Amino acid sequence: MNSESTPVSQPETPGEDPGTSHLTDPTFLKELRVQMLKFATLQLRDEALAEDAVQEALIGALKNAASFNRRSALKTWVFAILKNKIADVLRKGSRMIEASRLLRDNEDEENLDALFDTKGFWQVDERPAAWSHPMKSVKNDHFWRVFEACLSGLPENQARLFMMREFIELESNEICETLNISTSNLHVMLYRARLRLRECLENRWFNEGERS
Amino acid sequence: MMNCQQATRLLSDAQERELSLKDRAALKFHVMMCSGCRNFGKQMDTLSDIAHNYAKGSDSDGAVQRSDDERHE
Ligand SMILES: [Zn+2]
Repeated sequence: MNSESTPVSQPETPGEDPGTSHLTDPTFLKELRVQMLKFATLQLRDEALAEDAVQEALIGALKNAASFNRRSALKTWVFAILKNKIADVLRKGSRMIEASRLLRDNEDEENLDALFDTKGFWQVDERPAAWSHPMKSVKNDHFWRVFEACLSGLPENQARLFMMREFIELESNEICETLNISTSNLHVMLYRARLRLRECLENRWFNEGERS
Repeated sequence: MMNCQQATRLLSDAQERELSLKDRAALKFHVMMCSGCRNFGKQMDTLSDIAHNYAKGSDSDGAVQRSDDERHE
């Protein structure tokens, strides 16, 4: 897949500056770089590789920046390019050898059982609550800090698998082939990651009530 | 009846693979009786939506518009 051809056309808002000026706006560019670098480093665990991926994505973005009037559209598109760059690095697999070995260790005999009683039913105080309007949170910067903290709190390999699956959207079989793990191994790791992540988000965000 | 540990595992797996008819039926029954797992099931979709938003660089400045955001609500 060609990294630069992925994003589809975006609706444009008339009356705003064309996208090129966003990428020449030093403040916007600086913030964008920081955010991209954080995103790439989280997944590649290597600053140099992350730096390269961000650089390539930004260069690719500059070529077509003029077609995006809204900053958010431009940003979506830049991140789509970055995701493809990260996927390329992950597919090469060299970074993952260590991870795949760790996967087979019993890294996480963690106490997920504590969430459930001896019969396998939710402990009363662990039972998931309803989240009201969860997608409102994505517009909240504080929410993203909580999300990143929760992600960082996961065992490393669970976090990486979750990100490969849900950020980069690699298919299950591709992840399994790259890491040389079984499908059931992948599924159990994703299950644990989701259990932990939802618990963390509930405790640290959704139970705190609606914030603005 | 299937317990919550089994139900949540299936609810996570449902994001990855097609569940068998038997599993789907048992799960449906469990979720009908269990609000915790019902919420958990919705949160699996929400987690995925949140992650996709994160991977688009979503933030307050450029709230990424997703027409399908509300599909689970
Ligand atoms: Zn249950």
